[in-house]
Amino acid sequence: MSEEQIKYLEKQFEERIARDEKIEPKDWMPEKYRKTHIRQISQHAHSEVVGMLPEGNWITRAPSLRRKVALLAKVQDEAGHGLYLYSACETLGISRDELYEQLHSGKAKYSSIFNYPTITWADMGAIGWLVDGAAIINQVPLCNTSFGPYARAMVRVCKEESFHQRQGYEIMLKLSNGTPEQKDMAQDALNRWWWPSLMMLGPTDAESVHTEQSMKWKLKRKSNDDLRQQFIDQTVPQADILGLSIPDPDLKWNEEKGSYDFGEIDWDEFWQVVKGHGPMNKERMKARVGAWERGEWVRDAAMAYAEKQQERKEKQVV
Amino acid sequence: MILESTNNNQQSTINNNMSKTKNWPLWEIFVRSKNGLEHRHFGSLHAADADMALENARDVYTRRNEGVSIWVVESKNITASNPEHNGEMFEPAQDKVYRHPTFYELPDEVKHM
Amino acid sequence: MKQNLYNYILGIADNSLILGQRMGALTGHGPSLETDIACTNISLDLFGQVRSYYQYAAKVAGDKRTEDDIAMLRHEREYLNVLLVEQPDTDFAYTMGRQFLFDVYHFLFLTELQKSKDLTLSAIATKSLKEVSYHQRFSTDWIKRLGDGTEESNKRMQTAIDDLWTYTDELFHQTDADKEMVAEGIGVDVTTLKEAYYQKVADVLQESTLTIPESKYFQKGGKQGIHTEHMGYLLAELQYMQRAYPNMEW
Repeated sequence: MSEEQIKYLEKQFEERIARDEKIEPKDWMPEKYRKTHIRQISQHAHSEVVGMLPEGNWITRAPSLRRKVALLAKVQDEAGHGLYLYSACETLGISRDELYEQLHSGKAKYSSIFNYPTITWADMGAIGWLVDGAAIINQVPLCNTSFGPYARAMVRVCKEESFHQRQGYEIMLKLSNGTPEQKDMAQDALNRWWWPSLMMLGPTDAESVHTEQSMKWKLKRKSNDDLRQQFIDQTVPQADILGLSIPDPDLKWNEEKGSYDFGEIDWDEFWQVVKGHGPMNKERMKARVGAWERGEWVRDAAMAYAEKQQERKEKQVV
Repeated sequence: MILESTNNNQQSTINNNMSKTKNWPLWEIFVRSKNGLEHRHFGSLHAADADMALENARDVYTRRNEGVSIWVVESKNITASNPEHNGEMFEPAQDKVYRHPTFYELPDEVKHM
Repeated sequence: MKQNLYNYILGIADNSLILGQRMGALTGHGPSLETDIACTNISLDLFGQVRSYYQYAAKVAGDKRTEDDIAMLRHEREYLNVLLVEQPDTDFAYTMGRQFLFDVYHFLFLTELQKSKDLTLSAIATKSLKEVSYHQRFSTDWIKRLGDGTEESNKRMQTAIDDLWTYTDELFHQTDADKEMVAEGIGVDVTTLKEAYYQKVADVLQESTLTIPESKYFQKGGKQGIHTEHMGYLLAELQYMQRAYPNMEW
């Protein structure tokens, strides 16, 4: 294809997206669109799958049977969401195994929040309330993103995710209304998860590299800073209901702005964790790689069995 | 969600009998939500064989009571039309207005036809 | 309180509790995402059954104890599950082997429990039977895949079956509570399930190109609360929160 042709196709392509038309896997698309989508969708999928680990850490220790089944169902949903997203990504011509390879080799990124440890039961509450809360703010606009398979996967994800945040908040509510010891546990979890949750919405707009292009392709609808503000504004009143205090001395209502002012985020910590030096980066990867490697003989066996069965069937026909 | 290029790669790996790199193939999952409705494409997943694909589909796509019947089809067995041919494939149907009831003019007195 | 009925319910429920706990621990660590999701479903089914049984047991006890008290606040010697279900997940072959060897029993048991004169138990059995039919299908399929898969998987599956075999006989031992409940038309006479069980297991193992273990030495004790060394660690996790923070609501 000549350069001119490509330019023409690109222009048509951008116009389709501007008209809110969806792009489907077999449609022509600029290489950059494909690559950007593989990167973002797979990062999203990896985040779901790595995200199973910090919460999975408490399945065997959940304090009641009711909490245990809810947590199991939630972590299972995350596996499901990872699966939907890997499938969406695969339509762009890359296999799940290749995507795993990228994750396991450290080439692919996932949400940094999952590199923090879950050390008390209250962390299950804080993650559901704050981390899922922040995730929902990020994800709901993606139900309308331009790439069809991604948008469809996100519709399913968002529909299923609605119970996750409620579950987390309910855990926090129970703790906050419980004994002083339980309330302390809840406050401690909020203290540890608050700042990482704010960081989860991404670097400040000034530092964010992909935003403009992503806006055009509807991979993003609002800037990171706007999303962060939205998250803070909706979460502070929820903390008030719990009777817990947000660990930010600079947090205060700005009447003029109609939103909260908040303190400085420790971006050094953010970049340190992104670069692989968070408290749990190594452990998380070890767990993922370990599961994959321990499963290899199982996956091989299933394939070998399937092939044998196929051969037997064919022989019967003859 | 149909995979094209990678599927072909997998195919050749299988033919080469390289047992170490054989991955579970991709399957497309269709679910009937309730009797009276058609099966609808729900998504895809990986499985070694059709039985496993059915079981996996049950666990992945109907765990919130979403279905009463499941079809699984290995993705490579689906033939899809090429969007580049959309003009010749689909546009000729656009101007055949006589296929639609509104094409025919009837007096107002004739109701419900 | 009807002590026999209470013990009888726990004898059934504890199996699901401990197996559910084992299976649940694997969430996020399975050989593929799809398998992971499937195993979590099994765990969820089992915990669902557990809750129905314990809620009923709490009613039978007639005091203030709750389903969680029963699940998490007993001493090890008071858990009445068979030794089979507490065995560790040495590898996926052990996980599926344990599941399969229990599922075949569980299916036969619930089929009979449906006929119980105790309407609550028979209702729980009817509901659980649908779940367990699926578990049995799932684990049977995996035994076949692993048994008749690769050379390595065959070896691993055989090792798992050989090791777990010693815990199968206990499934058919009658406790005192069992005998009472059978006499009252409430309980299932597990001794009558034995033949069908070993027949079914043998059929599947054979189809999976696995050898049926010949060992005639069996372990027992779970039903009397005498467990293997694995049990203490399992309970330490299961009970952690209830023990560390007693008398609180979650």
